[in-house]
Amino acid sequence: MAKTYKEINEKIAAGKAVVVDAEEIIDIVKKDGLKKTAEKVDVVTTATFGPMCSSGAFVNFGHSTPPIRMSKIYLNDVECCGGLAAVDTYIGATQPGEKTGIEYGGAHVICDLIDGKDVLLKAYSPGTDCYPRKELRTYININEMNEAYLYNPRNCYQNYGAAINTSSKRLYTYMGILQPNGQNITYSTAGQLSPLLNDPYFRTIGMGTKIFLAGAQGYVAWYGTQFKTSVEREPNGVPVGGAATIAVVGNMRDMSTEYIKPAVYEGYGTSMFVGIGIPIPVLDEEMLKYLSVEDKDIYTYVYDYSDRSSEDNIIARVNYADLKSGCVEINGRKVRTSPMTSMAKSRQIAAVLKELIQKGEFILNEPVMKFPQDNKLNSITIREKSKRK
Amino acid sequence: MTPINKVKVMLIFPSMLAAEPISYYLVKSYDLKINILKAYVNYNVEGRLLIELEGTDANIKNALKYLKSLNIKTIKNGTGTYIDFDNCIACGACIAACEPGALKLENDKLVFDGTKCLECRLCEKACPERLIKNVFNQR
Repeated sequence: MAKTYKEINEKIAAGKAVVVDAEEIIDIVKKDGLKKTAEKVDVVTTATFGPMCSSGAFVNFGHSTPPIRMSKIYLNDVECCGGLAAVDTYIGATQPGEKTGIEYGGAHVICDLIDGKDVLLKAYSPGTDCYPRKELRTYININEMNEAYLYNPRNCYQNYGAAINTSSKRLYTYMGILQPNGQNITYSTAGQLSPLLNDPYFRTIGMGTKIFLAGAQGYVAWYGTQFKTSVEREPNGVPVGGAATIAVVGNMRDMSTEYIKPAVYEGYGTSMFVGIGIPIPVLDEEMLKYLSVEDKDIYTYVYDYSDRSSEDNIIARVNYADLKSGCVEINGRKVRTSPMTSMAKSRQIAAVLKELIQKGEFILNEPVMKFPQDNKLNSITIREKSKRK
Repeated sequence: MTPINKVKVMLIFPSMLAAEPISYYLVKSYDLKINILKAYVNYNVEGRLLIELEGTDANIKNALKYLKSLNIKTIKNGTGTYIDFDNCIACGACIAACEPGALKLENDKLVFDGTKCLECRLCEKACPERLIKNVFNQR
């Protein structure tokens, strides 16, 4: 029997919704079967807490007297985007500090703002008739600003390639430290708990889906950049290797650094751990089938990061049950594996979201726009001349 | 034959003692094979020594007693590596760095086995939260 968003939301509002997380649902379905479980369970919570570089925050500082049209902007000596209106800016999470480098970058500024700390704002302008001020230096915190919201253009990867290094040199990458001679593999996903792996065809996740974003109730704003749905899939619909992403938005004033943290990857740069939880309604048996996906049925490729000059650098095809076991066999040799995504934090978020829904404090939103189903990726072709005549 | 054992000990000794030839006495009086893994010793400054002691149980025990009598703090199976577990998010990035396998995840928590740690200090670089430090860095 199919359920509607309205019916599920009524149960949530009445505090009667049956909510479990995407790991708990696996055993429930095994025990009670799809039909019975689909009737009993209303919502399944999914979550992830991984480094997501394509993240940042829009803020509006408010105007000074006399006003300034900021064209060079620094927060705690981390450069922010000029090129918007007078006192708007975008803080990119991966921007390194002018003096601190990757050890204190955009992600640190964002988290300091969420923590309510004072940050040093320095802004410069050529000065105009309407905006005569040329320089501004002040301390400011999130409560003194106008808007401050996180807008992350590419988060929550549906699946992602694992990394290995077959060269004789140790590599420092955004996939962590890769030891020489293929000694270790790193991978980044919450697997069977991860939001987009539980809704592989985006039946319930679309523009307007309400989500848990770093402690706030945020939204899916659009499909993420490098959105790829035209991909190789397992019979269960789950893509093999990197696939779709989502853009997310949420009010930073409602966030907590319990669920969002700056990250520093040696030799690579600053990034940001973003905690995302997405509730998925059990609309029918088909939806439940997707939600009961297990690590052993989610596959990814292992890419050789020592060879970035070609696309043909796949070493193996592995599943996440094996990757999460701490060791996989590659060409007859045991290779140790380790994650980049915190399962501890992911599980914490899935549990917090579950509780919010059980208490009736988190109502689901039906997406207002579905995402493209056959999107392919473009890549840069380097050419010397413009095609235009 | 008495079995031979090996222990790794971190010695933290007070500033007044840096001139004491400890290693000489450990060899001479207690018949220990010693292997200095790491040292921060400066004349008249508090020092740290990570040392491996190999010998009979009785000799190791007596040697540790001797060290304690000199007011030297001894931490068995110690390493210079210390982790701020309170703030650890158990992401696993340090595990990739740890070739001897001293770091692993157990029930969503990071676990550190100091006996396996070789003090390569790669985990300090790997931790994205910068929560892994080393006592040899303190000065």
